[in-house]
Amino acid sequence: MEWEVVIGLEVHVQLNTATKIFCGCSTTFGAEPNTQTCPVCLAMPGALPVLNAAAVNKAIALGLALGSEINRRSIFARKNYFYPDLPKGYQISQYELPVVGAGHLDIVLPDGTEKRIGVTRAHLEEDAGKSLHESFDSQSGIDLNRAGTPLLEIVSEPDMRSATEAVAYLKKLHALVRYLDISDGNMQEGSFRCDANISLRRPGHPYGTRAEIKNLNSFRFLEKSILFEISRQKDILENGGQIIQETRLFDSVRSETRSMRSKEEANDYRYFPDPDLLPLVLEQSRIEAVQAQLPELPDAKKNRFMEQYGLPAYDAGVLTSGRPLAEYYETVAEGMDSKLAANWIMGELLGALNRTGLEVENCPVPAMQMRLLLSRIEDQTISGKIAKEIFEALFLESGEVDAIIEARGLRQITDTGAIVSLIEEIVSRHPQQVADYRSGKEKLFGFFVGQVMKESQGKASPDQVNSLLKQKLQGE
Amino acid sequence: MPMDSIEVNRIAHLARISVPEEEAQRTALQLESILQLVESLRAVPTEGVETMAHPLDLQQPLREDTVCPEEGREWLMASAPAAAEGLFLVPRVIE
Repeated sequence: MEWEVVIGLEVHVQLNTATKIFCGCSTTFGAEPNTQTCPVCLAMPGALPVLNAAAVNKAIALGLALGSEINRRSIFARKNYFYPDLPKGYQISQYELPVVGAGHLDIVLPDGTEKRIGVTRAHLEEDAGKSLHESFDSQSGIDLNRAGTPLLEIVSEPDMRSATEAVAYLKKLHALVRYLDISDGNMQEGSFRCDANISLRRPGHPYGTRAEIKNLNSFRFLEKSILFEISRQKDILENGGQIIQETRLFDSVRSETRSMRSKEEANDYRYFPDPDLLPLVLEQSRIEAVQAQLPELPDAKKNRFMEQYGLPAYDAGVLTSGRPLAEYYETVAEGMDSKLAANWIMGELLGALNRTGLEVENCPVPAMQMRLLLSRIEDQTISGKIAKEIFEALFLESGEVDAIIEARGLRQITDTGAIVSLIEEIVSRHPQQVADYRSGKEKLFGFFVGQVMKESQGKASPDQVNSLLKQKLQGE
Repeated sequence: MPMDSIEVNRIAHLARISVPEEEAQRTALQLESILQLVESLRAVPTEGVETMAHPLDLQQPLREDTVCPEEGREWLMASAPAAAEGLFLVPRVIE
């Protein structure tokens, strides 16, 4: 009998505010340890937190984008646990009344169908500091620069049924926070990380006991940890065992999850309302101001790309997967054949970026150069094949399209006389093939095209070579 | 809710405080009387009453997102029992 996997994700998004959530310390990544701290985030006695308006606005922006209820009144609570990187002995979070209530995110499955994933809630909280274990014998070093950085924790419903769906949800959410400019989404630096709750059940039965995999900071790790968890839980269940509800860590070197036994006992956070913070009451005017500032969101942009540029859903989905890529496309496609632009960006550009591990934001070929390159195909200055060569040069050495065409002598040969003389040269060099072609071996035509193109170093206009060659071979 | 010394020890562990064995029984009784008080409060009809998260009838003021000047870690860390290379030092916490 089949097992059905049930997955819910908790995503921690570091908000890209200039200051921490409850004090005026900078949130810049990579500063000298403990230089971005003050009595509030160090938990000095008597220091009081004051909430950052930008963090609240960014939470509202996400709520609006997810079609969520925005709670007009929300409460901050203390989540109590002891760890050296948490100086107060509690984390300020939201428990019973979060700022963002129920909403949803629609994902596209590999077969092209859409699926709606429920989002239970999103709440504001503060990040902890960092522990460093390497440099000191029998001691750990604590850096509290990150302590108090604003986080938005986004909790999904257990609506995902495969690793693929979970990855699609996480990617969509990642794109969304970057569209909204509420987080830099940098997964290596921990600005966007995820916990996965995974359980198995027989289809139609109640949910099984779940395991929680903590701190996944890449899409690949999420996928691998789910696949591992499915097989681990399946083995246990099929051998008559029971799943223990526990927290597990993903070991990326071994591609497996491991139990964090020692943390179990402490899972009693004794939440209670934080008396240092008053209820957060949101005025309609604040919500409307955030709404007015929202950019065009991915789904709306995708629909517009299909309508305005006549692109298929797949192309529109790829090109709007991130805001910088969508902007790049719109610059290139302006006044150009929009499908040609889409093909080049999805093929050559994304291919080259993939190979070199670069992002669109630091692409060595500016959008204006890409547009110029395509316009040189359209006005027949160069062929598509030569354009690929120029693109390589632009990507690897940078430069300017027209200058490269001139410097390398790549201008397409469209002069009929020049092409005819090339053809005559080739025909006279291959009398045997000419005779064979004329006696019926028509597939030799390709051989002649190839020879002529080679002789012209790829510069002859392929259309003209085709028609002139046909005339020549058939004519005599 | 009856309390015993096992429960007291569990709560003490969660709060990271030590309750000597000879005090555990007395503490259990004290906690039990607090819980009894909560039980009698629970009997009050509160249907339709909005949860009170704070005794003051005020709302949270917001702060502009503007960076304050650095305080200087030297004096902020001056009272730390142990520090080195700009880091607070604590007993090793890795598992």
